[in-house]
Amino acid sequence: MSTRTHTYVTASDGQRLAVRTEGNPDGPVLLLVHGYPDNSSVWDAFAARFTADHRVAAFDVRGAGRSTAPDDRSGYRLDQLADDIVTVADAVSPGAPVHLVGHDWGAIQSWHAVTEPRHAHRFASYTAVSGPDLDHAGHWLRTRPDGFRAALRQAVRSGYIGFFHLPVVPEAAWLTGVGGLALSALERLGGGPHSPARRGTRDYLNGLALYRANMARRLLRPVERRTDVPVQVLAPTDDAFMTDQLQSDAGRWVGDLRFHRFHGGHWTLRSRPDAVAARVRALVGEVESGRPRPRRALTAQQARRHGGSFAGQVAVVTGAGSGIGRSLCFELAERGARIVAVDVNGPAAERTAELAALLTPGAAAQRVDVTDAAAMDKLAAWVRDEYGVPDLVVNNAGIGVAGPFLETTAQDWERVVDVNLWGVIHGCRAFAPMMAAAGGGGRLVNTASAAAYLPSRVYGAYATTKAAVLMLSRSLRGELADHGVSVTAVCPGLVDTGIISGARLSGLGEASAAKDRLNRLYRLRGYTPERAAARIADALQRGPEIVPVTGEAHLGLLLSRLSPRVLRAAARVAPPV
Amino acid sequence: MSHTNVTGATDLDLDAFRDLQQLAYRAAVDVAATLEPGVTEREAARRVRVRLEGQGVQDWFHTPFAWFGDRTAFRGFRNPLQFFPSGRRLEEGMPFILDCAPVRDGYVADIGYSGYLGDNALHDRLMDDLRAHRRLIVDRVRAGDTLQDVYRAVDGLIREQGYDNRHRVYPGRVIAHQVGRVRSRLPRAVVAGFGVRSLQTLVGDLLVERLHHRSPLWADGDISAHPATPGLWAVEPHIGFRDIGVKFEEILVVTEDDAHWLDDDLPHVRRWDALAPTSTETP
Repeated sequence: MSTRTHTYVTASDGQRLAVRTEGNPDGPVLLLVHGYPDNSSVWDAFAARFTADHRVAAFDVRGAGRSTAPDDRSGYRLDQLADDIVTVADAVSPGAPVHLVGHDWGAIQSWHAVTEPRHAHRFASYTAVSGPDLDHAGHWLRTRPDGFRAALRQAVRSGYIGFFHLPVVPEAAWLTGVGGLALSALERLGGGPHSPARRGTRDYLNGLALYRANMARRLLRPVERRTDVPVQVLAPTDDAFMTDQLQSDAGRWVGDLRFHRFHGGHWTLRSRPDAVAARVRALVGEVESGRPRPRRALTAQQARRHGGSFAGQVAVVTGAGSGIGRSLCFELAERGARIVAVDVNGPAAERTAELAALLTPGAAAQRVDVTDAAAMDKLAAWVRDEYGVPDLVVNNAGIGVAGPFLETTAQDWERVVDVNLWGVIHGCRAFAPMMAAAGGGGRLVNTASAAAYLPSRVYGAYATTKAAVLMLSRSLRGELADHGVSVTAVCPGLVDTGIISGARLSGLGEASAAKDRLNRLYRLRGYTPERAAARIADALQRGPEIVPVTGEAHLGLLLSRLSPRVLRAAARVAPPV
Repeated sequence: MSHTNVTGATDLDLDAFRDLQQLAYRAAVDVAATLEPGVTEREAARRVRVRLEGQGVQDWFHTPFAWFGDRTAFRGFRNPLQFFPSGRRLEEGMPFILDCAPVRDGYVADIGYSGYLGDNALHDRLMDDLRAHRRLIVDRVRAGDTLQDVYRAVDGLIREQGYDNRHRVYPGRVIAHQVGRVRSRLPRAVVAGFGVRSLQTLVGDLLVERLHHRSPLWADGDISAHPATPGLWAVEPHIGFRDIGVKFEEILVVTEDDAHWLDDDLPHVRRWDALAPTSTETP
């Protein structure tokens, strides 16, 4: 068993920083930086998972725990705090770079350290939990790449920062215990066992200087800070203070970013550290293996277009050989996801994976028939072995069937139910358990259709399967919410994917003239699968219940809620085909 | 053009067309080598124009176009004015296309040259995959397929490859148009990028061909449901993948019973031959 040693390290301005070191002296070195209002004890459960094969060092940030506190607020400036991290890194691992892990304010300080060109060589990797780089955040608030609403949601969550800038009041809140009560309530967000924190009064009081010394300068006058250190950002699903977008936007500044979500709240790290530990272990292992880092091939414009909300994630997409599935693979790959392209048409899946791999290396293809439950289970096991538990699973494979009910054969019904409904069920059954068990944070996406809520005599069988997929998704969403896995149904509408060319038109024989007319309708509508894919990927960042894609899909959804009578009438309209 | 019966074109004529096509491609390659970060599309187009006018080009079917970045794939193009060179500046990590159609002594060339500033494996892949289209087009025309069918076959191949058809953004969705000797008494003038003499010739062709239920414009509409009219066709398959568009444009010679590319000594063909010699080609 490893023993824990306590030492003091002298910072560049003379402050004394309390450092504790434990674990296997021959393993890679992890350096853990805690946030506010914590001290290094916040890492106890986390560190215990690494001591067998890693050397783990954690220190009390100046002003907190057993470290000394500067007299003046200027002693808490970020430049000084980043210096402290390097000072400790030099003390615990003089010869080799360390793997940095930061939480909350510890993540903010660590960001400042890894984006400082003088310091970057001291870090082999960096994992940020619930803390952005303040300069990146300043840019994000100014340019609002994720829209005004996202900025507003973040502003609401950051309201406490303004409070901390008030004179005396925050101190009074902590000293009277009012602040402690509020904090204790916030700590329970995200579920899981609640273990009380071990904090001292000075942790609460001194750390206020962190906000007062840095926030205004960094957020109002942000500078450009970049890094090539491999960084992974881990975002809890129920963080009270941080939105996904603010954190994933770091992709604009980091050459090698991965962004993953996990189920929990801002302090779940303390009570349930397994999901974070697994990610840190994976990144450290990857970097230590010395494998060359794969290079993405993006144009200048592509590289600028996206933050990092899918960076480094693994996405499994069925029906990836054509249409929306294929386009979604490319869209997600451009946004940094590694793609597993699944299709019953092997060569088409290969082709999708080949092109996706040129955008983000590491894509693979699998020829699987989604109607085959055993094959889907095998696929899920294969993905877990090769890639780990996927962040995103898109059950997209589907076929088109049209024609009146009275002329739809039993075989037509079986086929369309098999692919459109059973395919989705098999996909959910294969992947949902592992996604829930792995600590959550993943997204399950099922492709339904606007036909799911727009009844029509034209496509009864198709609409039936899609309505079932929609209801399956909504029900599963309720069930998996407790596990931090979000479930989304996508309802595209008229997207020019070529689904008509492959569709069965019941009762119309070969009916190529009807197909031609339908194809022309889709072409005139002019909504390309590329556009649909971009729309879907944008929506997935928020994980909504339903994503209507085209205008008619939006309108139909609205009508189905406001005026079902109109849709009842529309269902009787016979097409001029 | 068909009503001036190009099948009767002498070898001398074809040599003149070939020389001009060579000249135009050389100009594009040379100018591409001068493109540096910060140069605008207008400046690049001007360089092509100046160079060719210095080499005996007197008139234009259309003046040079230059497209940078996602404009090579015509992303967001809503109206024809967007084809004209813009103030977009080239950056490291951007694809570009130079496209021009000079006229010299009545002979016409129409070429398109695709490149990339820096390295991009995807751009290379698109260029490689364009090879199959050059082969497909000449094979299908030789087999006597209708232009509409050839167009759809190209569409099918593009879809299979995972790309999207960008020539459909050109006015009339055309993949090709007929060219021939320009014989006109109109003054040499360029209006909105197109030479009036060439336009007169094209409009004349449009009218004559319409009488035969054919068109000198090759697209997927029903008017193209006929085998290729003997003559010279400037063929420009243009494929796109996300922000990158690539194309070539060169002249296909169609005779009564055969078809061949006017010239195989062109930058894109040399590139493919360097990768895999022509001898291994199978349709």
